[in-house]
Amino acid sequence: MNPVASALGGAFILAGLGALAGLVSPARWRSAAVGMASAAVGVAGAAAGVAAVSGRPWQAYLPDVLPLSGVRLAVDPLSGWLLLLVGAVAAVVGVYTAGYAGQGGHGPAGRGALAVLPLFVASMLLVPAAGSVSTFLLGWELMAATSLLLVLAEHRHNPAVRSAALWYAAMTQAGFVSVLLGLTWLAAAGTGESFAAIRAGGVDLPPVTASGVFLLCLAGFASKAGVVPLHPWLPRAHAEAPSHVSALMSAAMVKLGVYGIVRVGFDLLGGGPRWWWLLLGALGAVSALYGILQAAVATDLKRLLAFSTSENVGLILLGLAAAGVWSGAGEGAVAGVALAAALLHMANHAAFKTLLFCGAGSVLRATGTRDLDALGGLSRRMPATTTLFTVGALGAAALPPGNGFVSEWLLLQALLHQAPQAGAVLTVAAPVAVAVVALTAGIGVATFVKVLGTGFLARPRGDGAAAAVESPRWMLAGMGLAAAGCAALAVAPVVAAPALDRVASGLRAGPALFEGGGVDLRLAGIASTLSPLWVAVGVVALAVATAVAGRAFGRGRRRAPAWDCGDGPLTARMEYTATSFAEPLQRVFDDVLAPEQDVDVTHSAESAYLVRAVQYRRRLPDRIEARLYRPLVAAVEAAGRAGRRLANGSLHRYLAYMLAAVVAVLVAGVIR
Amino acid sequence: MNAWVSAIAQVVLVAAAAPLVIGLMRGVRARLEGRAGGRLVQPWRDLRKQLRKEPVIPADAGIFFIAAPLVLVATSVLVAGVAPFLSTVGPLPGVADLVVVVGLLLLGAAALALAGLDTGTAFGGMGASREVTIAALVEPTALLAVFALSTRVGSTDLGRIVAAGATDPALVFTPASALAAAALGVAALAEAGRLPVDNPATHLELTMVHEAMVLEYAGRDLALVEWAAAMRLSILLGLLANLFIPWGVATNPRPAALALAAGVFVVKVAGLAALVAAGEVFVAKLRLFRVPELLAGSFVLGLLAVIASSVLA
Repeated sequence: MNPVASALGGAFILAGLGALAGLVSPARWRSAAVGMASAAVGVAGAAAGVAAVSGRPWQAYLPDVLPLSGVRLAVDPLSGWLLLLVGAVAAVVGVYTAGYAGQGGHGPAGRGALAVLPLFVASMLLVPAAGSVSTFLLGWELMAATSLLLVLAEHRHNPAVRSAALWYAAMTQAGFVSVLLGLTWLAAAGTGESFAAIRAGGVDLPPVTASGVFLLCLAGFASKAGVVPLHPWLPRAHAEAPSHVSALMSAAMVKLGVYGIVRVGFDLLGGGPRWWWLLLGALGAVSALYGILQAAVATDLKRLLAFSTSENVGLILLGLAAAGVWSGAGEGAVAGVALAAALLHMANHAAFKTLLFCGAGSVLRATGTRDLDALGGLSRRMPATTTLFTVGALGAAALPPGNGFVSEWLLLQALLHQAPQAGAVLTVAAPVAVAVVALTAGIGVATFVKVLGTGFLARPRGDGAAAAVESPRWMLAGMGLAAAGCAALAVAPVVAAPALDRVASGLRAGPALFEGGGVDLRLAGIASTLSPLWVAVGVVALAVATAVAGRAFGRGRRRAPAWDCGDGPLTARMEYTATSFAEPLQRVFDDVLAPEQDVDVTHSAESAYLVRAVQYRRRLPDRIEARLYRPLVAAVEAAGRAGRRLANGSLHRYLAYMLAAVVAVLVAGVIR
Repeated sequence: MNAWVSAIAQVVLVAAAAPLVIGLMRGVRARLEGRAGGRLVQPWRDLRKQLRKEPVIPADAGIFFIAAPLVLVATSVLVAGVAPFLSTVGPLPGVADLVVVVGLLLLGAAALALAGLDTGTAFGGMGASREVTIAALVEPTALLAVFALSTRVGSTDLGRIVAAGATDPALVFTPASALAAAALGVAALAEAGRLPVDNPATHLELTMVHEAMVLEYAGRDLALVEWAAAMRLSILLGLLANLFIPWGVATNPRPAALALAAGVFVVKVAGLAALVAAGEVFVAKLRLFRVPELLAGSFVLGLLAVIASSVLA
């Protein structure tokens, strides 16, 4: 039997068992049972993915599972890459959940909230495994529904959850409709609804149909991926969901939106005109910049991480856009590098974002707050969490020797490449893209220095942070696994090279991406080399050598109070907070962020010249949300109110509507 | 094997000469301002004095405060070893990449910023906040200049870029190259914390950036920070020198060629340092919120460099 088939089958059976365990097991064991079951589903899914990317494709048609269309599964290397990512994230998060949810933990422990978790993982495995339009849409909708239930898990404790879930529900369903329209149009215009048939007939689609399908699918998938301006659900849902769910959504589910774009754009439609990819690149650039800017000024830890997801998805889209443009220009090898950058960044982001959201969950559990301004001082109270979070932050800041740096380097190589006859558009677009990546990387460093520095270092600024204790073992184990994944991707990305090669050649991109052996990343078509292992070894070895040499100078360090300008002891109130840390950046980007400031001066009752209190308030509302979505929501509400008048309860009126509808249909038929 | 010899020679040269470069710049400034100034080796004497003193760390600081000087030194030494200062054939071609070098220098800056926050003082946080703001804005300029330089050889490998320039002068004397030099020059000044972005000689709270972050360091920790900062300045000047005046660099790691290259390199860096110091006499430090305008200007230069490099290629 094909290994993919057995692993996937095992994953779905385990998911069923896990859901059952969540429903029937006693509260004491529930979180451990469900956590382990989810981890097992993840391991099975990852195994299926490994089998698929190492060249064991598999497909099956199960006509009896669903009426009319049946279920069609097809796993190729691209699906395999996503199965691997989703499975690995789920395995880590499953282990973490065993400690995070339930007794002694922080997350929801109810039957429903836990039973849905394995089902969510299974539905995320079904999406990349789907081999036909109907199966894909089924998996997509299952994924949306189960994730919505999980987002709602804590609605009793936290009223903000309801609004977040409402945003998520509305946007995910709007996205679903868009994808549904796109894919059914594609199936209707082509030769059938299975991906194989569409792929075979995709070449002779009329350009209008192809572009229409691409745009509809792009809108739907981009909203799932959290691409600006379709992102407003993301910071809400990621912030308000329980942390293990945030990790799953941000590290795994968001990637499936990207998968959809790759599947439809590169595979089913077989590439397209250049403007598709330039549009995708523009979306990616806006998303990367806007996401990281909002993250830089955010003070809510999980909201910040959510905006960083928007940023990373933007970078992935930039890679895809470069791949599309270069493969259209006949530069197959560079297109392969760009595609590899995008795929590798998906893996890197999955690794470090799992770690960071799990770390945020640890912080939330220990301190009860997500507000960076009220944190601080955790490095002494939670040393293991701080260390693990630092590993994730290093990756997210795209600094060497973190894992994020490797994929950003690949992305830059693909963008820096200049084709001899690139044309005026690319001559301008490529450097702008490089500048976007660079600015994103720079602000990303500022953002994660802020998170670490104000969240974990110095002394606590709030009671919660002062009373923090280290997380239980299962949570640390989960985070440790994610950190190991980050480290492996950081020093040995070459291991993934054959898999990336196979995915890229399946998508008609470049031939060999990486030549030669050893630990270096060598590119075909670009004469640049990166040895991440040497960078890591060099930095660590030299730092250790310096420390040892420093010891030779003998004297131990003495602790003393920091310089307080001779004005009494320093207090935590004097520390820089996350808000004050980001203030210069916020001021530089004032025009983009448009902060709202209020200064309320209360005068003394006796005299207007005496000031009793001055209150300063600053808010940084999401500008796109305020300008784009508020009017839209208002318009929909107004339309709903207007529509209410149509149904006033009069039966005659309803009969008249029906008659009018019948007449309209008949007339339309006659005219046609 | 010879590649490793040249790398070690580079590290030793940069490490030994970096404090002297600071001494030279102070001397030039002092002369131009009509002061006598200190001796050339004064920075080395200061370092020796600091090394003998007892290191004191703030009561609230943790492991990040202790680790930052080590990371700063490690990144500087690593870059000093792999960059093509003496020879274009380094031992680790996969590290001698312009993007990697920019990233490593940024890693050092980030480590120091974290240390500033770890002290728990307002000064440390203020310096860290300003430092990362400037670093974030320098990054696009630096990478665009990299873009302009890499297109002419089709690689971001530093050794290749310098070797191509050294063998074919026509590659260096181009409009793109001049624009990139201007952009990278401003970026290097900002990165090294020199005027007009930051004043290394100030201890005034309104103007400090780098100094505010390292206020709490003492003893050998301070010595390491100061020494690494000096090395970073030398590295940036050395990169500027070899990217835009690439002659004299050994393209084969033979001892005689390396010795000649060392001499030429010292002269080039000393010349650039003297030039920067002379320039600093005539400029004032910019207000912090005018710095983005300066960096935006250099960013535009970088963008023009890239477009010129592809249009006029």
